[in-house]
Amino acid sequence: MSSYPADLRYTKSHEWLRTLQDGTIEVGITDHAQQALGDLVFVEVPEAGRHLAAGDACAVVESVKAASDVYSPIAGEVTSGNPKLATEPELINRDPYGAGWIMRLKPAGGAATETLDAKAYEAVAAAGG
Amino acid sequence: MGRRTPLYDIHVAAGARMVDFGGWDMPVAYGSQIEEHHAVRRDAGMFDVSHMCAVDLRGAGVRPLLLRLLANDVSRLTAPGKALYTCMLRPEGGVIDDLIAYFIDERWFRLVVNAGTADKDLAWIKDHAKPVGVAAVPRRDLAIIAVQGPNARAKATPLLPESCRAATGALGTFFGTLCDEWFVSRTGYTGEDGFEIALPSETAADFWQALAAAGVAPCGLGARDTLRLEAGMNLYGNDMDETVTPLESALAWTVALDGNRDFVGKGALVAQREAGVARKLTGLLLLERGVLRSHQKVFAGTAGEGELTSGTYSPTLERSIGLARLPAAAAGSVEVDIRGKRIAARIVKPPFVRHGKSMIET
Repeated sequence: MSSYPADLRYTKSHEWLRTLQDGTIEVGITDHAQQALGDLVFVEVPEAGRHLAAGDACAVVESVKAASDVYSPIAGEVTSGNPKLATEPELINRDPYGAGWIMRLKPAGGAATETLDAKAYEAVAAAGG
Repeated sequence: MGRRTPLYDIHVAAGARMVDFGGWDMPVAYGSQIEEHHAVRRDAGMFDVSHMCAVDLRGAGVRPLLLRLLANDVSRLTAPGKALYTCMLRPEGGVIDDLIAYFIDERWFRLVVNAGTADKDLAWIKDHAKPVGVAAVPRRDLAIIAVQGPNARAKATPLLPESCRAATGALGTFFGTLCDEWFVSRTGYTGEDGFEIALPSETAADFWQALAAAGVAPCGLGARDTLRLEAGMNLYGNDMDETVTPLESALAWTVALDGNRDFVGKGALVAQREAGVARKLTGLLLLERGVLRSHQKVFAGTAGEGELTSGTYSPTLERSIGLARLPAAAAGSVEVDIRGKRIAARIVKPPFVRHGKSMIET
């Protein structure tokens, strides 16, 4: 079964968001997403300093089966892409909400993608979204 | 809802992710596709391939029929049980399907054809079989389980019906044997040793569970695809179809063009060979990070451009590999358009992996 920690926010496009203590936002893909993709073999993360608008494609996750875009849920400046994913893409399969984070960004405010709480996201995932 | 094999309930109960494949609901993976792949390279894995269709051809005229219908030459099949990989062609030379033909006796051959093409294949075969008095019967009463890997035969043999064991123990590569209602052949689609076993549908679930209990790992279509691509084997619908000939699909070795035998598509192939075959199917090894996928564009310098027909991540090589249809003159290094970036790749001759070992320089 997939798990959805209650302290995170989620998007309908299967990203999660965590607000870190310094106010930066950490973004990854959900357990449901990594299970649907299967074994990840290549991840391209954004470079620090890149400015993103909400909804921008910011990363690519590729499994043996397929390539999939990751979208930034909010506008902001990337402070870091997860450097470990270059050599260990499987971290996303193993620990999607922890070591498998994809990027951190400093929010710029303004328009954001609609986010859901864990319960609402679980319903989206269960419906095969 | 797609069609279901006799093992559908077992796949679902095992937690497999099911996908549509050629109109069938099939398992793509039970857990990690990469671990399933390694199980076959290192030990033993099994695949439900019951979506493939065995077609029995019976009648005194069966050999002459197949001499005409198949691009490879069934006169090579003289020993009972011997198998032959071949294409079946349109008169224009396009590939209707690729299949394995088994010689059982002078009045009985069995073909095993792809799932997605089974209906059109059967219609085509019947059109040619009926006028010569040969009956073509699809054997949907049979399930087919492929057991593959270095330990596959050792693990599967004790679980076969007792009447099969002596014959299967003596089977040479690319031979099959009929015992009771079972047909066991030493063939496969992975580049490893093993069996493909056609058996009565009602016995399939028990046999599958016995294999699992013997330590044979259930594997899905995902691993089947990475294994066959590492082995350099074509997938019908990806790497060839009715728009290309075997000569453009790295399958010239399966076509017996010389000699007097006339077969459907021969004239077109002879003409193509004389005019010069403009395109070839070849292997590609990606030299940087990323994953090759079908339909990506390939730039082969002055030779021109081509396209990936299959691409994946190779769990054995830990690199991306693919098959591409390129201009005949393409050689050496090429570039592949991966999401707008040109990534370097090298032309290599498949297979990439055979019997667990890399066959190329990486």
